[in-house]
Amino acid sequence: MQAVPGTRPGPRFVPPSGLGWLVLVLMMGMLWRPAAAAETPSFEQALSGLATSNFKEKERAVGDVIAVRHANTRVVLNALLEGNLYYRKSDRRVFIGTAQDANLQLQDPVTLSPAGTTEPSEYSKITTNNQLRKTLKSALASFDLADADPQVRLAAVSEMLRSLDADGVSILRAREGTEPDEAVREAIRTGLAIADLDGEDAAIRLAAVEHLKGSLNPEVFNRLTAIVTPTDAGSYAEPDEKVRSAARVALASIERWRSLFGTLETLFFGMSLGSVLVLSAIGLAITFGVMGVINMAHGELMMLGAYTTYVVQLLMPQHIGASVLVAIPVAFVVAGGVGVAIERGIVRFLYGRPLETLLATFGVSLVLQQLVRDIFTANNRPVETPQWMAGSLQVNEALSITYNRLYVVLFMVIVFVILQLVLKRTSLGLKVRAVAQNRAMAKSMGVRTEWVDALTFGLGSGIAGVAGVALSQLTNVGPNLGQSYIIDSFMVVVFGGVGNLWGTLIGGMSLGVVNQVLEPYAGAVLAKILVLIALILFIQRRPRGLFPQKGRAAEG
Amino acid sequence: MRISQNPGTALIAGDRGTQLFLALLLTVGVAAPIMHLAFPEDSALHLSTYTMTLLGKYMTYALLAIAVDLVWGYCGILSLGHAAFFALGGYAMGMYLMRQIGTRGVYGDPVLPDFMVFLNWKALPWFWHGFDLFWFTAAMIILVPGLLALAFGWLAFRSRVTGVYLSIITQALTYALMLAFFRNDMGFGGNNGLTDFKEILGADINAPATRVALFVASAMALGLGYLCCRYLVLSRAGRVVQAIRDAESRTRFIGYRVETYKLWVFAFSAVLAGIAGALYVPQVGIINPSEFQPINSIEVVIWVAVGGRGTLYGAVAGALIVNYAKTYFTAAIPELWLYALGAMFVIVTLFLPGGVVGLADRFSLRRRDARTVTA
Repeated sequence: MQAVPGTRPGPRFVPPSGLGWLVLVLMMGMLWRPAAAAETPSFEQALSGLATSNFKEKERAVGDVIAVRHANTRVVLNALLEGNLYYRKSDRRVFIGTAQDANLQLQDPVTLSPAGTTEPSEYSKITTNNQLRKTLKSALASFDLADADPQVRLAAVSEMLRSLDADGVSILRAREGTEPDEAVREAIRTGLAIADLDGEDAAIRLAAVEHLKGSLNPEVFNRLTAIVTPTDAGSYAEPDEKVRSAARVALASIERWRSLFGTLETLFFGMSLGSVLVLSAIGLAITFGVMGVINMAHGELMMLGAYTTYVVQLLMPQHIGASVLVAIPVAFVVAGGVGVAIERGIVRFLYGRPLETLLATFGVSLVLQQLVRDIFTANNRPVETPQWMAGSLQVNEALSITYNRLYVVLFMVIVFVILQLVLKRTSLGLKVRAVAQNRAMAKSMGVRTEWVDALTFGLGSGIAGVAGVALSQLTNVGPNLGQSYIIDSFMVVVFGGVGNLWGTLIGGMSLGVVNQVLEPYAGAVLAKILVLIALILFIQRRPRGLFPQKGRAAEG
Repeated sequence: MRISQNPGTALIAGDRGTQLFLALLLTVGVAAPIMHLAFPEDSALHLSTYTMTLLGKYMTYALLAIAVDLVWGYCGILSLGHAAFFALGGYAMGMYLMRQIGTRGVYGDPVLPDFMVFLNWKALPWFWHGFDLFWFTAAMIILVPGLLALAFGWLAFRSRVTGVYLSIITQALTYALMLAFFRNDMGFGGNNGLTDFKEILGADINAPATRVALFVASAMALGLGYLCCRYLVLSRAGRVVQAIRDAESRTRFIGYRVETYKLWVFAFSAVLAGIAGALYVPQVGIINPSEFQPINSIEVVIWVAVGGRGTLYGAVAGALIVNYAKTYFTAAIPELWLYALGAMFVIVTLFLPGGVVGLADRFSLRRRDARTVTA
């Protein structure tokens, strides 16, 4: 087996550390490398050092593996930490192995490609003890601290802060001076200040508390709380009263910030929930609000949009990232087409009889549900989340915003703006509004009302399909997807005021925020019930919603 | 149709559908228990316990359908939440039956039902007190749905919430109740509901005689409920109610208190639904929050629509037809049931505004016309 390119040494920094052997190896690696690159063992050679039962030798081998700085170092050492590293008894070659039934599934540590499945008897697990595990953890931490990517370094520091020991402190202290990135340096200083809280000198402890005043790190909060909380005997772990009062001041300021960011987070969650509500209600606002038609199949049209996303992903498995974007127009066409079919086939015979329309479209919703169940089975379908929607935006240590929620808010705004433009700036929109205001008059002016009806219904249904694409990224895609949103959507439309898209926007957003604000006090289900009851009471007060239509249109 | 001067005779004599319904109900109500008890099991005339219970269940559904027909067919209020009143009556009965279990539960606690012991509750919640007494339970079966309907209707009708808005908030009502009853800490058994009943009024709930008694009670409730509704719609107040359905504003301008009429009809209908639910629970042996599902209420509306609304006996016919179809389909070809139900919604609203009864009327009318021509 040849050494793969990644085995060549090529790090930019190697952290000096105070870890006995490890440090020595690292220092030597750093000193020797320019002159004697050839003498550095290859990754494979370094690995073979692990194939021993002597823990001292294993520790030395770990140091060697670190020094090579191979791309797979992290994977291999993690496998060792989790007890998934084996060596073949015959030739002492090291493999990553996972036990599967009675067999061992092997993976080559250098290429990470599968290396077959074999009898476990020919292999021996590379065991670890406490000392070695400790070394490994620190080694992994300092390995990450030397990474070229500041994000990785920041994550490594945060990880270390969670369980900081003397070794960790010395690694951090060494790193502080050489760290080029400001954010990482700040995190390291926080870590050192936490360590200083245990210092012998009261002045150092006081300075540390002062330093930690603005930090939002949860570990800082825990430590400071421990300082000001008396033990059972009534004494304090921290002997100096000055330090304690400084800690109290620091805690108060931290708590203020935390509650501020907590409120911001709740608001944001509420807005994203509200956006989902607006997305699902806005199509309804068109069919119900503009046309006066109750479309109980609206939820099922959203479900069709979600399933469309799933099918699009099946058709282009190589481009999951783009699939969601492709699904948006496709879902619009699919749901819009079904909507036009419903209008032409059923709804147009029932204009002026809203209760009958409600029942007939409910029948359609049952048929659509069963259709989906027959085609895709009753189980939920897995819709993948594209890479660019995963993860979260870390604003600071107390506030992080997941991307999918952020995109839902953005998406809702875009859909809303486009819809407003269509209704206010296009000739179709003009006709739609004309028919909504006075059907007979519009007809006498030459508007083909039948055609406008079909297109309006199609537009509302298409929007439902687009909302379904967004929902496919947030909830389970199953035959019952629509049912769970239909009542909420109606509530939003009724709350906001029929025939008014702005009302739908404000109604949906406020319902979302209120729901999220109530949730911590009342629990998710109770919050929903409270909102529903409040809405029922609200409709009694203002039967035509927040923004009722004025003038003749309101009399219909 | 001419209304007879004496409401007592008009109640039955004025209407062929009513006569037919009462005759059929009497026949089934008498024949079914006899066929169940008097004939041995291998006899061709024997009626199995299953069929008997199924018929009893249909009767309670029919009562619920009458309740919906009263508000929808005669008053124009499309309630999409009537299953909530049905379920509330059912829960009241279920609580009584739970209290009757006593020490025979899995945990053997003399007071607390099993699920409370399981949730580690120490004492009975206040709203469970009194449900060990049958008269109290009977009062609650009437009061809880009735008062809820009064409160809800008072709020809704006073602010003139009508049409689809009313339908949607009734749906929200049953949805909110469903969410609430799914919660374990509400004290109604959460997800699993109330089940595993042992006895009712001291009689073993699974004994054939008890089954027969429950069946007869359901048949009587259906008959009495029908006659009450029929009396109501034939009365002066009933005609005002129908006027509200046809022209609400005009009725108000003439000087009638539209809200009051609507409110009492709605509350009476809710009480009927509650009684139906209370009779339903001991026969099926379980009540759980899924009874509150919005789709259940909408299904009741489709029974009425299929049968033909505004006739009362049409509602009964619809309840029987749709439920028999459901029983048959869900056993034979379950995947087709939702298609059939969905198609029923569409076909009835598009082509059969008068339901099956309307179709039969049209048919017999044509035949009568043909006869007059030949005569």
